[in-house]
Amino acid sequence: MPHQPQGDALTDPADDELVARARAGDRHAFEALVAATYADAFTLATRLMGNEEDAADVVQDAYLRAYRAIGRFRGDARFTTWLYRIVANCAATSLGRRGRHRHEQLDEALLVVDDHADRDPERKASDAVDRVRVQAALAAMPEKLRVVVVLRDVYDLTHEVIAAELGITETAAKVRLHRARKKLRARLYPMRGDAEGEDQVGPDEDVRGAV
Amino acid sequence: MVRSEAVADLGDAGRRIAGLTCAEVTDLLPAAVDGGVDRRRLDRRLGRHVEQCLRCQAELAGYRRVLRALHELRTEVLLPPPGAVAGCLAALAGAGERRAGAALLSGHRTAYLGGLALAATAAGAGAALVVVSRRRRAG
Repeated sequence: MPHQPQGDALTDPADDELVARARAGDRHAFEALVAATYADAFTLATRLMGNEEDAADVVQDAYLRAYRAIGRFRGDARFTTWLYRIVANCAATSLGRRGRHRHEQLDEALLVVDDHADRDPERKASDAVDRVRVQAALAAMPEKLRVVVVLRDVYDLTHEVIAAELGITETAAKVRLHRARKKLRARLYPMRGDAEGEDQVGPDEDVRGAV
Repeated sequence: MVRSEAVADLGDAGRRIAGLTCAEVTDLLPAAVDGGVDRRRLDRRLGRHVEQCLRCQAELAGYRRVLRALHELRTEVLLPPPGAVAGCLAALAGAGERRAGAALLSGHRTAYLGGLALAATAAGAGAALVVVSRRRRAG
């Protein structure tokens, strides 16, 4: 079963020493942490919000809150995981404020994709295509579903954490993940018989076709 | 018998294979793709159904590809617009000063922010998106 990315081999841009100093109240250390983690926080926020302008606001919010709360951050989680939770929470708040009727434009920047150098070219090319399409599909998805699938399937947060930060039940998080995966699959790899399932997806469905 | 029957079953969601209809399996696949279906007996039936049913095999393959593409997104970092980091630091400084009083650190901070802003601008000139090859753990 998936866990918190505790042992994740992704390199953590937040250096332990800086985190310790920031926790002790060193303002310069916190600023250096912001500089080191900003791009990652911004990436998450962009994926959650669907555009870069809102993402920058959410990230700023998140760092302000992180700054106020850093004393309460315990070293038992990674700093970035802790920060991602705050970003998720701020994004949920912002999406709630933004209201349900605004549909996001697909952000061009999200479609510019470079690639790893360490794969065989064929697989690499097909993955790149998949990722471009998956980003477009995510951006076009109802935000309630998008937020959950991004946090779970891209960022590997647990349902428990996701539920806590979004202010929903774990069951609701699981239901949304289920619906989100179904929609992504049906959109990216359509099959005969998908249509009937898609009809149950609800009022947000008019977002489909925006791309 | 199994295989030809399965081919004939393509699209027939009401037909049972391994005790499950395709409609039932379809609903389990989004969770099954990363092991989220945890009742053992169901797992086994699900596995047998998928093994014998080309339709559900294809659908499961679709979920696998979606999940793989989502995992891959994790290795990308979007480059923030120029000035975003500096703006955020300035907002933090403002918040800090409101709390702690202006006297502390102000000289230092200006120099520091300037440096960061320069760095951010230089980086921003490069590309809209940087992809770092961070390694995800396998699987």
